[in-house]
Amino acid sequence: MSNFKEFNVDGTIYTTEVPDSVLNRKKWERPNPNHIKSFIPGTIFEIFVKEGQEVKEGECLMILQAMKMKNKILMPFDGIIEKINVSVDEKVPNRLVMVEIKA
Amino acid sequence: MSLKRNILDLRKRKEKVLQGGGEKAIQKQVAMGKLTARERITSIVDEDSFHEYDLFVEHEARDFGMEKKQLHGDGVIIGTGTIYGQPVCLFAQDFTVAGGSLGLMHARKITKIMDHALKMRVPLIGINDSGGARIQEGVNSLAGYGEIFFRNTLASGVIPQLSVILGPCAGGAVYSPALTDFVFVVENISKMFITGPEVIKTVLGEEISMEELGGAKVHSEITGNAHFYALNELECFEQIKKLLTFIPWHNEKKARPFPPKPPKAEYKIEEIVPHDPTQPYDIRNVIRAISDDSDFFEVMEGFARNIVIGFGRMNGETVGFVANQPLVLAGVLDCDSSDKAARFIRYCDAFNIPLVTLEDMPGYLPGVDQEHAGVIRHGAKILYAYSEATVPKITVIVRKAYGGGYIAMNSRHMKADFMFAWPTAEIAVMGPEGAANIIFRKEIMSAEDPEAMRQEKVAEYKEKFANPYVAAAKGYIDTVIEPEETRKMLLHSLEVSMNKVDRRPSKKHGIPPF
Repeated sequence: MSNFKEFNVDGTIYTTEVPDSVLNRKKWERPNPNHIKSFIPGTIFEIFVKEGQEVKEGECLMILQAMKMKNKILMPFDGIIEKINVSVDEKVPNRLVMVEIKA
Repeated sequence: MSLKRNILDLRKRKEKVLQGGGEKAIQKQVAMGKLTARERITSIVDEDSFHEYDLFVEHEARDFGMEKKQLHGDGVIIGTGTIYGQPVCLFAQDFTVAGGSLGLMHARKITKIMDHALKMRVPLIGINDSGGARIQEGVNSLAGYGEIFFRNTLASGVIPQLSVILGPCAGGAVYSPALTDFVFVVENISKMFITGPEVIKTVLGEEISMEELGGAKVHSEITGNAHFYALNELECFEQIKKLLTFIPWHNEKKARPFPPKPPKAEYKIEEIVPHDPTQPYDIRNVIRAISDDSDFFEVMEGFARNIVIGFGRMNGETVGFVANQPLVLAGVLDCDSSDKAARFIRYCDAFNIPLVTLEDMPGYLPGVDQEHAGVIRHGAKILYAYSEATVPKITVIVRKAYGGGYIAMNSRHMKADFMFAWPTAEIAVMGPEGAANIIFRKEIMSAEDPEAMRQEKVAEYKEKFANPYVAAAKGYIDTVIEPEETRKMLLHSLEVSMNKVDRRPSKKHGIPPF
């Protein structure tokens, strides 16, 4: 009986088991438009920009190689490269913040 | 004299084939805790009932040195036998022969027995233990898989198809089991995945073992690909045989009846369910309290435990039970539990098994993750499955029946044939707390003591709606029954529904929210 927890459904508190998959649910966060994240796990093949550099919308920042494809990572808007968190040949997981930018 | 010689020659040929991949390979198989393919078949079927076909089949591959290799039976055994005296078709991949790899002739043997099973309207039991496609045979091997998948689909809903995973089953091979009705897995032996640990490591840099990626536990608890989990092969075979006692041999038959038995006295229905709707209990004990001999054969026991599905008997006849489980997540519906219930409902409907639904659920699991995972389209599957089902459908509302869940869990509006409610049933748009907060928001906010006002309004709402009589007054519930009467009412309504006819508009097929 000790594994019962309190669990809220529509305002009512129920006593019930709550599986880990629900207990450890990730909190949703609003995506930060200044963070460029990897959309697939892969390897950084080439980086074309430096920190502090001004970049126009649509310019290619780097190439992320994954599943034998060379994926171009493009600048989403005109802005400045604040920080680059990856280096060439680095293996990156999915959803890693690779580049931080600023309008 | 010459006939004798022919017979001896035949026996010698058979003996050779029966050695499978040879002594060494068999030793390896046994060392992994596995039985050989033939032992598996003979452990499932009635004694001396198995007859093998295509044992002299040979492959025709001519590339990569294959022309020099003789593979007995091409790595798979097919045949017919009986289980409890009833005919079945079987195939078992033989891992000792070229790793049970699937080549053209191997696939042709499987499709031959599948065609046979479909034509003869008998269940098909497939035992999977294979390294995958026989790479030396190229596209022929892919063609083989495709032909199997097509037949799985053709036979779906006509004959029962059981897949037993007793070894690796990786890559495209996994899709045959996934298309069948029931998948059986065994701890440490079954391994199912699309891309294996090697590829995952190379591409993603993630290290994971085969067991962690696609072992028996993973598929029976996380993915929902498996329906039955066993600790060893013999336990698995017992599960197969038990399942076959509950299901009909094909879609135009009913399951065989058994001698009726009362439930066991230890399951006292009034003592199982707490009066307070927020307190948990195991709904499976309610099922045991109403089914013959308290024998409930649960399906997908470890996956989406907030809903319970499985077979039991009432008055000797098989019924399919679908029940919310207040023990886990208060019995809410979510993506996984909707998938689990919907598929089971469709199975029962396809095979003439009446459905008994026990309802005690507070609503849907709240959360961004659920919404973004598509709880709308997943939840819609339950509505679709219940609405579509034309077998006898009976619902008992035990406690909570709130909101969309009330509609979904085989309500009158989904064309339930009989709707019963216990006096503890609460049929309402939502729970009293949530409802009071919305309806009486102004009163609560402007009160001197908002909390006291809130409690008062919650009590008022409870008084008005948290009962079965509002729904009963509209005829949405046929009658309110005492818990002790549940079995009696179910037996009666099942008896009355025996010759149910429910004709629907003709169509090629519906478009369920897959």
